[in-house]
Amino acid sequence: MAEALFHKVWNAHTVRRLPSGQTQLFIGLHLVHEVTTPQAFDMLRRHGWSVRFPNRTFATIDHIVPTSTQRRPFLDVMAEEMASSLERNCRDAGIPLWTPDDEQQGIVHVIGPDLGLTQPGMTIACGDSHTSTHGALGAIAFGIGTSQVRDVLASQCLALDPLKVRRIEVNGRLTRGVFAKDVILTIIRRLGVQGGVGYAYEYGGSLIDAMTMEERMTVCNMSIEGGARVGYVNPDRTTFAFLRGRPFAPEGGAFDRAVKWWTSMASDRDASYDDRAVFDADGIEPTVTWGINPGQSVGIDEPIAAERDDEALEFMGFRPGEYVAGTRIDVAFIGSCTNGRLSDLEAAAAVLRGHRVAPHVKALVVPGSKSVRKAAEARGLDRVFTAAGFEWRGAGCSMCLGMNPDRLEGRQICASSSNRNFKGRMGSPTGRTLLMSPAMVAAAAIAGEVVDVRTMLEGAPA
Amino acid sequence: MSHQPLAISHISGRGLPLRGHDIDTDRIMPARFLRAVSFEGLETHVFEDDRAADPAHPFNDPRYTGAAILLVNANFGCGSSREHAPQGLARAGIRALVGESFSEIFRGNAAMIGLPCFEAERASVERLQALIEAEPNAVIEVDLTTGRLHTRALGSDVVLSATLPAALREAFLTGQWNQTAMLLDRFEEVQTVADRLPYIRGF
Repeated sequence: MAEALFHKVWNAHTVRRLPSGQTQLFIGLHLVHEVTTPQAFDMLRRHGWSVRFPNRTFATIDHIVPTSTQRRPFLDVMAEEMASSLERNCRDAGIPLWTPDDEQQGIVHVIGPDLGLTQPGMTIACGDSHTSTHGALGAIAFGIGTSQVRDVLASQCLALDPLKVRRIEVNGRLTRGVFAKDVILTIIRRLGVQGGVGYAYEYGGSLIDAMTMEERMTVCNMSIEGGARVGYVNPDRTTFAFLRGRPFAPEGGAFDRAVKWWTSMASDRDASYDDRAVFDADGIEPTVTWGINPGQSVGIDEPIAAERDDEALEFMGFRPGEYVAGTRIDVAFIGSCTNGRLSDLEAAAAVLRGHRVAPHVKALVVPGSKSVRKAAEARGLDRVFTAAGFEWRGAGCSMCLGMNPDRLEGRQICASSSNRNFKGRMGSPTGRTLLMSPAMVAAAAIAGEVVDVRTMLEGAPA
Repeated sequence: MSHQPLAISHISGRGLPLRGHDIDTDRIMPARFLRAVSFEGLETHVFEDDRAADPAHPFNDPRYTGAAILLVNANFGCGSSREHAPQGLARAGIRALVGESFSEIFRGNAAMIGLPCFEAERASVERLQALIEAEPNAVIEVDLTTGRLHTRALGSDVVLSATLPAALREAFLTGQWNQTAMLLDRFEEVQTVADRLPYIRGF
């Protein structure tokens, strides 16, 4: 029977049907970080349970690390306690851990794919909602809470209900100045922030097929913002080329055998889906959010619609009919698990070359991992950023979630390449976030206000 | 966190109406309070920023002190997977939520700590919120076996349907919502599945 990847992976990992009717699903890769796990390790100790598959478990420190100086001990005593707690737990359980002292450290959703830990056909879990990112490689990846982290540590399994699958096709080509971020913001805007509840999103169509792995990661990353816990792209030649040679990827003949299995896990051509949605890439514009959830966005040339959310408008200080373009910004942030990869930094640098950040704007760029930082430096991107007036920081989650020293103050407005514009998300209860692509953030940093990046790209009419 | 099954078949208590769609977990529990290695004390930070911004916030309202059933609208608990959000609510005395819909991760996290999130029709939820706003002392009873919610407010009996997904309902009724022991029950089957997977066995 023709099946979608979701069902093939689900079936291959099903242990049994539990008495409640849920499925006991084996988790092939468990990624761990400092924020959502200390209580889980405590529960294990209290019950006398051990970590059953330490060799399928990998850890990093990302959320709480400062990005200005990463010297230990961290100045924030709570951050230091969380880091040392994870170090202790990983040492006791035999779990590999990348700390800020290691070359591989970075945001969990950046390093998983980059190290080749994330592979097609796997089930993956991590105590973080943006785990959906790993679906870009054709894995089924679940964001989970701390009690479920305990379950995966203790049993390498989760008790879950199956999801329905919605096929989202994006066909055509993106016009200049339009990026993967604009694609996913457009999808969420149309299908809604609740539209994906109960679904896994399978992204396909000619645009997704033509995307690089990093672009696919940006799209899958924000599935959860559309309510879908899981998002994925079927593995193809782009996926296999990306994985070849990565530290944890199979080598030689094993790689070729892996490609066979990975290919067999992709959705069958005539697979049936519970729902479908089709998008035309050519019509997608540089997109910015105006509200307090990621579905509240407009194209840069478009006014905020009259059908409105008073709470969001009041919080953000917008009125229906207004344009987000022209909004003065205080902070520009480039980074996060959504857009903190090398190609994101390259796209921003391409806009910044030869320009200066507006004097009133505080601008920072935070690579998603130490390896991304190093690769960017090898290409001279750090010099482009610093020459333009951006701060070149160490790897971490940074401003995306206000759990480290990088935060908004008061009602500051931030042009951000991150994933959430929730009230208070960037660390100030009244701080405001405008989500957009890294290139759009760079353009806003130069202009000091939100602008259409297309007017700033090389070759644009003066 | 006990190994002993703890069945939940019936919940009653006063209601706490909290209006708004898409209330995310950053609002329920702002990220700065996740900088800790335990869940202790989270009850004091529930909706901390929203409460500071709005003195009339329902969690500030003394009429709802001691309420056990949180009445919410659509897509409650969206966003971050932080279990700190339902942990904070549970520690603040909330024993059940009734709403139009919930984010999947939030509802799963809540279930794992014995906190059921019941779904009801939009009109039913809005009616219930209005009733409790008018009569905060009314007691709400939810029966998991029948999927019925009952309250007596403004002089009349109100009965409406409040449901859980079948598997969750079963898990609460049989006390299997804390499932680690169950997942470990037949561990040899877990090992069998692992050994069969090419990426574990070796390609």
